[in-house]
Amino acid sequence: MIGAELFPNGIARYAIGGAFIGGGVAFIYLATGIIAGASTFLETTLSYVSDVSRFNRGPYVLSRDWRVVFTLGIVLGAGVYAVGWQGGAWTTDVQWWRLLGGGVLVGIGTRLGKGCTSGHGVCGVGSLSSTSIVNVATFMAVAIGTAQLIAALGVSP
Amino acid sequence: MTNRGIGFYLTVLVGGLIFGFGLGYSHMARPEVVLNFLQFEDLGLLFVMGGASVVTGITFAVATRFGHSAPLTGDQYVRRLKSFDRNVIAGGVIFGVGWGVSGICPGAAYASFGIGNWPILWAIGGMFIGAYVQGRVRSRLTSSDRGPATAD
Repeated sequence: MIGAELFPNGIARYAIGGAFIGGGVAFIYLATGIIAGASTFLETTLSYVSDVSRFNRGPYVLSRDWRVVFTLGIVLGAGVYAVGWQGGAWTTDVQWWRLLGGGVLVGIGTRLGKGCTSGHGVCGVGSLSSTSIVNVATFMAVAIGTAQLIAALGVSP
Repeated sequence: MTNRGIGFYLTVLVGGLIFGFGLGYSHMARPEVVLNFLQFEDLGLLFVMGGASVVTGITFAVATRFGHSAPLTGDQYVRRLKSFDRNVIAGGVIFGVGWGVSGICPGAAYASFGIGNWPILWAIGGMFIGAYVQGRVRSRLTSSDRGPATAD
């Protein structure tokens, strides 16, 4: 069974979760016309504490309040899942230096590349944007190579 | 755009709740699940991004075609179309390395904190550092491009 090999946990949880992710974006979009990505929050939030000109551009300052609210919603929504479905808190075994080092690169790359997994991956691909499709193909290929290389070097998890 | 009341912020909060619940339910908020996907041990994540894109794709298509403007803001419905340049590739490569190293991306990181995964603060802290560094460098490059005559 090739399906069971590639999808050892089935596909229902993934497809249903994905539909909720898209549903959250769609809900905000239909009510406000705003296409909410997750990574711009990083820069707009820095505008509260930094006077670096890039963080204080008009669209950033205008959107920084709702982006904080959006992020708060994400944390709370995941909390609802944890309490109702997960049976309490869950913590990762991935080592701290991977999280920190990878996080720094994610922070640089997502802002340089104009979006992340939600901005390009969900909203951009949903818009059939060729820019987003190229970005997603790029980060997907590089991420697969990187993760496989690290695993091959014996780092786990 | 400017007159944003409580209804606007409540809408964004509820949208974020749905979004974050989906990240929790799909297990994408767990770095291990992302790493398993990237190592071809469980390809289920294809259905997370696929499922989400189908929902947003249908919503964007219907709204831009039949909708006029968003009720809460009066803004026109448009698709997400960013301009293409070298940064889209360079950013994608850097993001890809980071995602492959850590197994976490921004939205999933916020959700990961929500499911009680406090070590993810390492990643969120790293993302802020990365975003700060690129903003600092690019702001400096931009102002030196303009030359001293327009510097302020």
